[in-house]
Amino acid sequence: MDSVVSDAAPVVLPTAVKILIAGHFGVGKTTMVGAVSEIKPLRTEEVLTDAGIGVDDLSGVEGKTHTTVAMDFGRITISRDLVLYLFGTPGQDRFSFLWDELAAGAIGAVVLADTRRLKESFACIDYFEDRETPFIVAVNCFDGGERFQPSDVQLALNLDAGVPVVMCDARDQVSSRRVLVALLQHVLSLPV
Amino acid sequence: MDPTQQWPDAGPVVRPYAMTSGRTTPVRGAFDLISIVMATRPPEDDDGLHPESAQILRHSQQPVSVAELSAELDLPAGTVMVLLGDLLAQQLIVTRSPTPARGVASRPVLEAVINGLSG
Repeated sequence: MDSVVSDAAPVVLPTAVKILIAGHFGVGKTTMVGAVSEIKPLRTEEVLTDAGIGVDDLSGVEGKTHTTVAMDFGRITISRDLVLYLFGTPGQDRFSFLWDELAAGAIGAVVLADTRRLKESFACIDYFEDRETPFIVAVNCFDGGERFQPSDVQLALNLDAGVPVVMCDARDQVSSRRVLVALLQHVLSLPV
Repeated sequence: MDPTQQWPDAGPVVRPYAMTSGRTTPVRGAFDLISIVMATRPPEDDDGLHPESAQILRHSQQPVSVAELSAELDLPAGTVMVLLGDLLAQQLIVTRSPTPARGVASRPVLEAVINGLSG
């Protein structure tokens, strides 16, 4: 292999796009990523310092709080030239600064919600509304969870009329793919 | 302080930064988690690379994302980005331009994703 030249013919690298799967702790984000991903969900970690946000010199690390934030993600190869990545956002509110990095360049977000804990979805929804990141709400229909109509959820979450609410089973591939399609169609329907 | 209590936390923090000589931003290129990279050739003994950089080259013989490299090599994404910046400066990898913050996906791309998911 020594004869391989370094300035090889131009390679065409695939385009990568991403969708965020957001929602509170335990709502089923990694489950949904796993249901649609062609690979077992992988985990990427980032070490962050509370005092170091926006600062790129970590020479004086003494006394700073280090936090390792883990994100689970999956992949769907659409074609040779196009790959979709799904990122489960870290559940805790205090990691919202990390979301900024994640949300940059994202097609949009799915806010997974649980009707038994709807209030816990507010932080997420506020975040995407403030950032003007397109999102839809997908209600993960847990066994034993009360069934609501999408319009009830829309009202309870005080969503803009334009934000779609869909019902899903995050464990199910077909159902979870439908959620992603619903998000993409929503994004397409938005004025450019 | 009992050193056995001190080290478990120190491990994952100290080592990646030592590997990048304390740098947290790449010298070349702006990478994000879904930046796709590919090695221009396999690592060679006289490249003088960090073991981790050589590993990156071995894992990127096919196009691969920063997130996947981070997961496969068990390194923080930021560390992978710094090492990739060095490899890019040495022309040992190629990468796609970083994704713009807004309007990343054109209509044809969105439609292709819908078709791919529905098929």
